[in-house]
Amino acid sequence: MSAGARRIAPPARDPAWAGRVFWSAAALVLLWPLLVATEFRPGGLFEARSLEVSARFLRSFLPPALGSDFLALVARETWRTVAIATAGMSLALLLALPLTLLSTRVLSVSALSGRMARGPFWLRQALRALMILLRSVPELVWALVFVRVVGLGPTAGVLAIALTYGGMLGKVYGEILESGDTHAAQTLLRNGASRLQAFCFGLLPQNAAELTSYTVYRWECAIRSSVVLGFVGAGGLGQQLDGSMKMLNGGEVLTMLIVFFALVALADHASAWLRKVLG
Amino acid sequence: MTRRDAANPPYRLPPPLFDARCTACWVSVGAVVLVVASFWTLDLQWAQFLSLEAARSMARFIGEFIPPDTQPAFLRKVVTATWETFAMSALGTALAALAGVLLALPASRMHAADRAHGRTPTRLLLNALRSVPELVWAGLLLIAAGLGPFAGTLALAAHTTGVLGRLFAEAIENAPGGPAAALRAQGVGALRVFCYATLPQVLPQLLSYTLYRWENNIRAAAVLGVVGAGGLGQLLAFHMGLFHMGKTATVLIGMLLLVGLVDSLSYGLRRGLTR
Repeated sequence: MSAGARRIAPPARDPAWAGRVFWSAAALVLLWPLLVATEFRPGGLFEARSLEVSARFLRSFLPPALGSDFLALVARETWRTVAIATAGMSLALLLALPLTLLSTRVLSVSALSGRMARGPFWLRQALRALMILLRSVPELVWALVFVRVVGLGPTAGVLAIALTYGGMLGKVYGEILESGDTHAAQTLLRNGASRLQAFCFGLLPQNAAELTSYTVYRWECAIRSSVVLGFVGAGGLGQQLDGSMKMLNGGEVLTMLIVFFALVALADHASAWLRKVLG
Repeated sequence: MTRRDAANPPYRLPPPLFDARCTACWVSVGAVVLVVASFWTLDLQWAQFLSLEAARSMARFIGEFIPPDTQPAFLRKVVTATWETFAMSALGTALAALAGVLLALPASRMHAADRAHGRTPTRLLLNALRSVPELVWAGLLLIAAGLGPFAGTLALAAHTTGVLGRLFAEAIENAPGGPAAALRAQGVGALRVFCYATLPQVLPQLLSYTLYRWENNIRAAAVLGVVGAGGLGQLLAFHMGLFHMGKTATVLIGMLLLVGLVDSLSYGLRRGLTR
């Protein structure tokens, strides 16, 4: 029986080789128009002139700017960044709460007995559409709009964060409330409790931890985006960073980037700790 | 059970509202202080914003958005810019996925005996890439790459590489180690172990992360142009700066349509992948 026991030699090459090569080539062909559209010329990065400019900019990064005036300015702008995010978040909360209460399906009295009545149904759909509109316009665009209306400064940033995050919070709060156990709230409603009572005593106790932890997480995101909003003139660290970049002042850019890292890391840790404590 | 331990005794007062040992109380106090301090220190021009005059100018401002500009020449420009934005986001994400895999390899511990010397420095690099927002990257890269969509693409790729590299490394480390261990026991080299044991296991997850980031990047790409990095954002900033409100409205509609389209496309693809 030695013939039957002969070992089968393992395949020396990849059996699916042809298919893999074909699909990779197809992907490259599809990529070509994208390369054209984005004017993809990595060679341009290494031309002598552009290399010289970037090298000079990078050299100017060291040493970081550490003048006491400048550090005080950075500290003030950092606080303003956090304050814009916090103020924007609290306004967003004010906006999101009524939107959630009005749009969540769980608090519908007519839906208790089968289908929701037509009026409330369309009201909820309209509010949902409003929230989609609020959150799908990027906050930077909102900020651009408000800079035109209220002028340069933190007001535009606060309003931009309030609107975008209001839409986002409203949607996610609604989803959290609907995905939890809705039995208690519905029983309260059936027994004649008002919608607000059903919310406070039926929905809130079991969902409070999740709602808080999501809000804290969003606050962390708001700090990040309030830096970016500064680039269109909404105050804070971003505005200073933009100015220093335009002046090719590498030392100031480096200091602010370091402060920005520290701020984001701090917000990250604070939010993780808060979510652990409150969750 | 003694009488004192009875559940919810009727004679006991409710707990005090503030208790020095309760973390949630301190956190709430802290939050309130933070909010009040924020509103206090920011010189918000509410009076100006809520005045009758501001309301009127706001109404006029919104009124000017209507009707959106629909001249064929301008529409063609918007379509070109939309395509440019789409290309920026897709190419940026693709580059980032490639670079992410390349950086995730040294950033992950493949098996228990792997010394993984490069793990900490690579992860530090990924964190640095990730914590600079796309817009800041774009501002920095404009200096090297010049105005235009190329800088935007590189900016998206840089930030997304940080995000994806980290996620990919986690996915690779969390993949079940059985198949890889079997190949390694046969004396197969590290690269081939990765290609034929680890990669097939984690590929669906990597693809789904990449698609998710693409959805984010299309939003980012739409606004990157505000600092001069091409696409719809550049058109938007330009026309809004000149108060061409009709044209701004058209650009905004293009942006919303693009985002909606990519969202549904990516949603469909991801559902197809997980089924």
